Amino acid sequence: MGEPLIYELSVPGRAGAKPPRLDVPESDLPAELLRDALPLPEVSEVDVVRHFLRLSQLNYAIDKGFYPLGSCTMKYNPKINEVTARIPGLAGLHPLQDVSTVQGALYVIYQVQEYLKAIGGFAGVTVQPAAGAHGEMTGVLIMRKYHLDRGDTRRDTILVPDSAHGTNPASTSMSGLKVVEIPSDPRGNVDLEALKRQCGPHVVGLMLTNPNTLGMFEEHLEEVIDLIHGCGGLVYGDGANMNALIGVMRPGDVGFDVMHFNLHKTFSTPHGGGGPGAGAVGVSERLVDFLPGPLVILDPESTEDDPYFIFETPPKSIGPVKAFWGHFAMLVRAYTYMRMLGGEGMKRVAEHAVLNANYLRVLVRDVYPIPYDRLCKHEFVAEGHLPDAPDVRALDIAKRLIDYGVHPPTNYFPLIVKEALMIEPTETESKQEVDNFARILLQIAEEARTQPELLHEAPHHSPVRRLDEVKAAKQLVVRYSHS
Amino acid sequence: MVYIPHTDEERRQMLATIGVERIEELFTDIPEKFRYPDLDLPEPVAELEVLQELQGLAEFNLNANAVPTFLGAGAYRHWVPAVVDAIISRGEFYTAYTPYQPEISQGTLQAIFEYQSLICDLTGMEVANASHYDGATATAEAVVQALNVFRLKRKKVVLAPTVHPLYRAVIHTYTQGMGLEIVGEEDASVSLDDLIAMVDEQTACLILQNPNFLGQLESLAGVADQVHARGKGTLLGVAVNPLSLALFTPPGALGADIVMGEGQPLGLGLNFGGPYLGFYATRTQYVHQMAGRLVGETTDVEGRRAFVLTLTAREQHIRRARATSNICTNQGLMVLAATVYLSALGKQGLRQIAELNYHKAHYAAARIAELEGYEVGTARPFFNEFVVRCPAPVAEVNEHLLDEHEIIGGYDLSQDYPAMENAMLVAVTEMNSRAEIDEFVEALAEFEAEE
Repeated sequence: MGEPLIYELSVPGRAGAKPPRLDVPESDLPAELLRDALPLPEVSEVDVVRHFLRLSQLNYAIDKGFYPLGSCTMKYNPKINEVTARIPGLAGLHPLQDVSTVQGALYVIYQVQEYLKAIGGFAGVTVQPAAGAHGEMTGVLIMRKYHLDRGDTRRDTILVPDSAHGTNPASTSMSGLKVVEIPSDPRGNVDLEALKRQCGPHVVGLMLTNPNTLGMFEEHLEEVIDLIHGCGGLVYGDGANMNALIGVMRPGDVGFDVMHFNLHKTFSTPHGGGGPGAGAVGVSERLVDFLPGPLVILDPESTEDDPYFIFETPPKSIGPVKAFWGHFAMLVRAYTYMRMLGGEGMKRVAEHAVLNANYLRVLVRDVYPIPYDRLCKHEFVAEGHLPDAPDVRALDIAKRLIDYGVHPPTNYFPLIVKEALMIEPTETESKQEVDNFARILLQIAEEARTQPELLHEAPHHSPVRRLDEVKAAKQLVVRYSHS
Repeated sequence: MVYIPHTDEERRQMLATIGVERIEELFTDIPEKFRYPDLDLPEPVAELEVLQELQGLAEFNLNANAVPTFLGAGAYRHWVPAVVDAIISRGEFYTAYTPYQPEISQGTLQAIFEYQSLICDLTGMEVANASHYDGATATAEAVVQALNVFRLKRKKVVLAPTVHPLYRAVIHTYTQGMGLEIVGEEDASVSLDDLIAMVDEQTACLILQNPNFLGQLESLAGVADQVHARGKGTLLGVAVNPLSLALFTPPGALGADIVMGEGQPLGLGLNFGGPYLGFYATRTQYVHQMAGRLVGETTDVEGRRAFVLTLTAREQHIRRARATSNICTNQGLMVLAATVYLSALGKQGLRQIAELNYHKAHYAAARIAELEGYEVGTARPFFNEFVVRCPAPVAEVNEHLLDEHEIIGGYDLSQDYPAMENAMLVAVTEMNSRAEIDEFVEALAEFEAEE
């Protein structure tokens, strides 16, 4: 028997947290609008604490161990971030307070904008988007509006390489534009000939992940950007893989027109079991006027030395992409981290993320096929399909890793690699952790040859074992039933 | 180096294994002219220094939790039981990611299942996702769902002018490439009947808010039936304050097709606007058009109950350009916070909190109505927010409240509704003691007397 549902712990009449007493006269409640039963659980505070604490213990997390989930940059989340984000004078602010009463908060937002401009080589940054995909949609809408504003109304297509994250094409179609996929060449780059064939006056832009989802730096980056600019299009950078580049290369310098940053990947804000993230977007000079608003700017009447900050919405803004000013508490965390790193520290982050990935790649490449085996950046993609263990799949290897107490890599992505295992160790893992993971991978390869059933049935030592996912989808049970 | 554990010796060994001498050689695939730019960033500081810096910056802010505050308009000051932060501060929860590996993510998955159940119970709906970024994007996604239900063939949306102005703005942002006709929001005085009359067979959805942005609580009995009939299946989406649903009949019990909104009142701090929580619930028949994560119950190979992400074929990582939405990272930890909050307060506690809000708001409104020069502009009943017509522009009243009394006043409605000159939206919650309310009322009276 696993942990009961909170509803199953309910006892009629039991109360948890105690609200304050009523200190004003009661007013009549409108009988015709009142609801019937409110069927929420009735549990005590200690029930709540134990229930959720027991649930927490069923989770794997970075704080428990190695978490090489490719494309997600599961680096250590510094504890100081959690302390600064909870400083009462930052956490207790209402988003609509008069700007004169939130100058400290606006300073933090302003600085995050400025830091990201410096790191990315951009002319403007918005911190409003809530997550990476949200930043993508923001960027696509900015590109769309830029063309329309110039009277160029024929453009309706975004080019997306076949190695891209699924959010790229989804963000494009959500913005009302068409997607055309560009194949990869045998070295894992964008196929230049195929790209040339698709360039034209219908192209809004290209969405390019660099390093790409194979973990490799685009070898023809300048040609790709020139081709797109040459046909009047713009180049969007998916900054999900920015951990490989911070301090080493500024995308804006190379010609990227727009890029989102994932503060929850590169800048150490926690992933929270699925969020919240933060997806700031940087743009080049010609796109600054289209950013979602408002931005925090220095009041022209004040000076850097004696600053006063105000909100301002860019003149041709695409409009707000969410309510208020972004995930402020995540910005405080990212700011804390960026202050502690400085420019030199950021360079070290990228260097050691790339060092760990290449070291691990070299340790396992004789056993696990690596289809594009060249210098990688922050991650690499191996095949979870071993020549001498034909019926073992990436899924089996991933599940067997759980038995060894580590988190599996991303699997079955990118789609262009058969049985993909996408491995991103991040810079916060020591040589010992990386060595240990390599040893486990090699041992599992040995098991795959000698005892494949051990892998097919894995995991053996987790809180639950393999799940019936077909049943979950067919007999859709998505809520507790009171009957 | 902070957060990088490598020693010089280890770095040498690792580089040797790779077959290079210097770490910079790992970046030779980057064109040289772009490599190692000079970053214009300040020098690094230590943990203590950044803590002190941010504590110092906080001194330049006025903490809304530390003074009488009557500002709402979509973000509310509520009591958050200590147990909420205790649970969401567990590293097992906050340093995990999306539960792609269910065998080692049952904690997150079961908590999401419980959240879905709690939201369904609150809203009276059949299926809830987990989650959207905030109330604004949840409302925009309701429009997108309705468009998808009609396979993008219906291009008209009726939008009430009393839906939160930022939610409406975000709907326009999200749909700007879709060629929609959005009607209804131009005239703030339009009635519910007028809005229903705008629904036709080209209308994908009618979007309302209840209590609406001006605090007014409306009876939605019969509205869904009229909308469905007039538009031959037009969807009704209602944005709600979830705390109000502890007292009032939820839209789900009245036939609404989508119920969504801002989950911040459910145990999330103000945090200067985020991260908050977009909650979202709909009918089972629309589950395939719904965006976002969904957890379902199943069993493992040993027959034990377990939970797993389900119907993922709707999502971007499977369906790419044809996904229902691009959403990936969502508000996972805020989902957990709301789940703990609703569990901790439970059936009785949540209703008590809602009643406190109701009674305190009505007490405040009754006292303000007695003041010379002020008028309450929202008819009873309302929930915890109402309009006050002031004797002068709201900016001036608020300046007086802040400068003379260190009170954060209400929201200036003329920003969004030019016809509503001098109109202040006042929010009162369980955080406002009677003494605070009385102080606020006296400060308003003093302002009028000084005019």
